Amino acid sequence: MSDIWTMIWKESKELIFQSGWAQLVRALLVIGIVGVAFPWRAGTAWLDLSIFEMLALLWVPYIYIISFIGDAVAGERERHTLETLLASRMPDRAILLGKIIVTVVYAWGTALAILLLSPAIVSLTTGSWAFYRSLDLFLEAVALAFLISLFAASAGVLISLRVATVRQAQQILIIGTIVLIFGAILVISVLPAGLFSSLSYPQFLLIVTAVLALLDALLLGLSLASFRRSHLISL
Amino acid sequence: MPEPIIHTEHLSRFYGTVKAVDDLTLDVPAGIVFGFLGPNGAGKTTTIHLLLGLLEPTKGQASVLGFDTRTHSDHIRARSGALLEFAGLYERMSAEDNLDLYGRIYHMSAPDRRARIKELLSHLYLWERRKDPVGKWSRGMKQKLAVARALFHHPPLIFLDEPTAGFDPLAAAALRDDLAGIVAREGTTVFLNTHNLTEAERLCAQVGVIRQGKLLIVGSPDELRAREGGPRAEIVGKGFTESMLSGLRARPEVSRAELHGGDTHLTIELRGEDRVAPLVTLIVQSGGEIEEVRRGKASLEDVFLTLMSEEEIE
Repeated sequence: MSDIWTMIWKESKELIFQSGWAQLVRALLVIGIVGVAFPWRAGTAWLDLSIFEMLALLWVPYIYIISFIGDAVAGERERHTLETLLASRMPDRAILLGKIIVTVVYAWGTALAILLLSPAIVSLTTGSWAFYRSLDLFLEAVALAFLISLFAASAGVLISLRVATVRQAQQILIIGTIVLIFGAILVISVLPAGLFSSLSYPQFLLIVTAVLALLDALLLGLSLASFRRSHLISL
Repeated sequence: MPEPIIHTEHLSRFYGTVKAVDDLTLDVPAGIVFGFLGPNGAGKTTTIHLLLGLLEPTKGQASVLGFDTRTHSDHIRARSGALLEFAGLYERMSAEDNLDLYGRIYHMSAPDRRARIKELLSHLYLWERRKDPVGKWSRGMKQKLAVARALFHHPPLIFLDEPTAGFDPLAAAALRDDLAGIVAREGTTVFLNTHNLTEAERLCAQVGVIRQGKLLIVGSPDELRAREGGPRAEIVGKGFTESMLSGLRARPEVSRAELHGGDTHLTIELRGEDRVAPLVTLIVQSGGEIEEVRRGKASLEDVFLTLMSEEEIE
């Protein structure tokens, strides 16, 4: 466990130093748009957490992570720090999990900040205390934001492990995202129309949560299995 | 005889048809600086990767610090330090944080890490700059810091892969002196990859020469020089002829006589500490004009160049 903490310490230092103020400004900008401007305009409707709000919320950690996760392994390789790290006693799992945990916490933290800021903004605009209408939906949004962060981080690390440069990793991630979106639309369009109408919104979200959890476990397992020092050194 | 700290038997690593390391059998005793000499692409870096267990051998085996590189590479990495081809420093982090990270990796306590950072950075004259992001440092300073990182957790063995490559002579000499001082003080065994023969001559108790993945020779610099020949005389002048060379070669005290540098440099290897004067007389009587006579011994560079040319002929 102490090895994972060491990696978390190192990754957070790097994350802060790597982009400096730009990283903080980017986070504040995203929180400002999705957590302040959107609820300000939408008012109490924002607190329904309907499909649009949910997608806007989940898009934040996802796009956040794929914008820098390619750097995780491929970036260290480009900066020639990976080889030295691999030559140390740091276990494979600690290296991998440290990178994933920091990325997930960062992106999920941003999503949580948006989730918690939105009711405060709505309360301010309406002049009365307001919170999400359904606590279940709020908790599902918290869980989904975590799972989507884990999904993007695991997929990003998996790709980053297999390519030589950050550029290649980011290209694959962007293409993968497009394929994922159109794939999901295609799957939904071929499924029987009655399938979704028979489900309530919370039930639908529950299914999405279960599918994401399964995908996360699969991707995390694949990443752990793919982390081989000899392969990373020979790339 | 003490157990060698590094032992390899027929160690090989192939990339398709390319033999990066080919049938390497080697013992490195503990407590010395071992120089692994070879031209670029000879297989030196691959050997370090194999010894650290970062690469699987295609054939053969190796043990480092008593651990098999295939099955217990994590034990080897836990007990050794490495400065590989690149310094591998986190350039936006400070020198202090770079060392602190590796102290944490090796489970050193916070007071031990602080004390060790001060000790090493002070010794290397980097203490005043400890808070600077490493990216702002010169190449020499970064390389010093990388050496400190390799030694940070007091490993009994460190691997250094061309630590002075690309340095100007002054910077290389400074780093070499720092390295020699710190290694002697800590009693660490060093496996030093280099193609810098001065470095090998100054630092190494033993050297191995590798070319195209094959180990050509191992021994102390003195043993290697002895292989190349004993005392020698370098004669600079003109009018050196083949018949003159035949005359020199016929003398009992001469083991070898060869011309270099467009027939203006004559090298005569002697069997013992005989006088050179009779040979000089012979050259002059045979019509040669002598401008300079130097006596000396073969350098490691001579040994290295001979080995490389022998291999080329083969």
